Amino acid sequence: MASHSHEPKVTVLPPDKAKIKKLWTVALILLLITILEFIIAFTVPHEYETSRVTIFILMTIVKAAYIVGEFMHLRHEAKVLIWSILIPMVFVIWMLVAFVYEGMAIFNTRL
Amino acid sequence: MASTSTSVQTPGRSVWDGGVSPMGASYGKLMMWFFLLSDAFTFSALLITYGLVRSAHPGYDGPIDDYVFSPAYWPVPEKVFDAIPFFHGLEAPLVFVGIMTFILIMSSVTMVLAVEAGHRMDRAAVEKWMLWTIVGGLTFLGCQAWEWTHFIVGTGTPTIIDGVEVFGANLVQNQYGPPDFADFFFFITGFHGFHVFSGVCLNFLIYYNTVTGVYDRRGHYEMVEKVGLYWHFVDLVWVFVFTFFYLV
Repeated sequence: MASHSHEPKVTVLPPDKAKIKKLWTVALILLLITILEFIIAFTVPHEYETSRVTIFILMTIVKAAYIVGEFMHLRHEAKVLIWSILIPMVFVIWMLVAFVYEGMAIFNTRL
Repeated sequence: MASTSTSVQTPGRSVWDGGVSPMGASYGKLMMWFFLLSDAFTFSALLITYGLVRSAHPGYDGPIDDYVFSPAYWPVPEKVFDAIPFFHGLEAPLVFVGIMTFILIMSSVTMVLAVEAGHRMDRAAVEKWMLWTIVGGLTFLGCQAWEWTHFIVGTGTPTIIDGVEVFGANLVQNQYGPPDFADFFFFITGFHGFHVFSGVCLNFLIYYNTVTGVYDRRGHYEMVEKVGLYWHFVDLVWVFVFTFFYLV
């Protein structure tokens, strides 16, 4: 019991109902988008590959935005922090374009 | 008293001159953010290289109903990942990976609820939500172990490659398509799975510290927030792996 004398007095605040509700809404949105992706994967035929890929990528970006913005709380941080994280992503986009272009060039050389 | 809060705003001084935190976040949280940024580059490099190798291979052109595994073209993922545990022989394309996605999203929700409870100094609620997060992480790892086993052992009719029957996949042979496909599967999902594993370890550490009252004595639950950032990042990476490896 002696150790209990060192325990600090902690004031527990009541749950923030509005905030918790918002978090569950975000979770619901993420699940709905994932379900929608499944529906598209099995209803849109493979002949429409370009539109399939475009839709999937757009939906992935929306999901990523919700996870980073709400779950990781980045949307509510200081502007400098938001841009410090987002601007370096330019390199990823550049790498994506360069490498996929390179891949197609390899494909054509092998023909 | 009002003058103390406005002193940094006096002319000629910016928030970068010291004395205040320009990004409004603690050192530890900032370092977690920039670590995650570098980790995002690593995962991007893996996924983009997958894109390069995939676009260098021919795709499958024929009707989807006549699809067979062959090393001649890049496999259609929904034909490779169509099994679920306890239902041998049942074709359920992408269902199992959908369940895994659901588990990881849910564990991300329980993590953010743990962070919210930490803001309120509610030790019991943090314990509850951290436990759920750990359970979610372990379930995901179990699913991945099953999927790897299934992928490595192989199933159905073997693919004939150079006159040899090939079952399942390893780093040099692949029943489902070109060997590169299996290599990327092992490296990308393996690297992600290792992140999940580290995340579960970190989550357990946080849970342990919460139970023993470390954060109550410290006066804040910021560690829950920092490890929460890492855990959400793991979920974020899975969203991309799911799209680029399983859907596209």
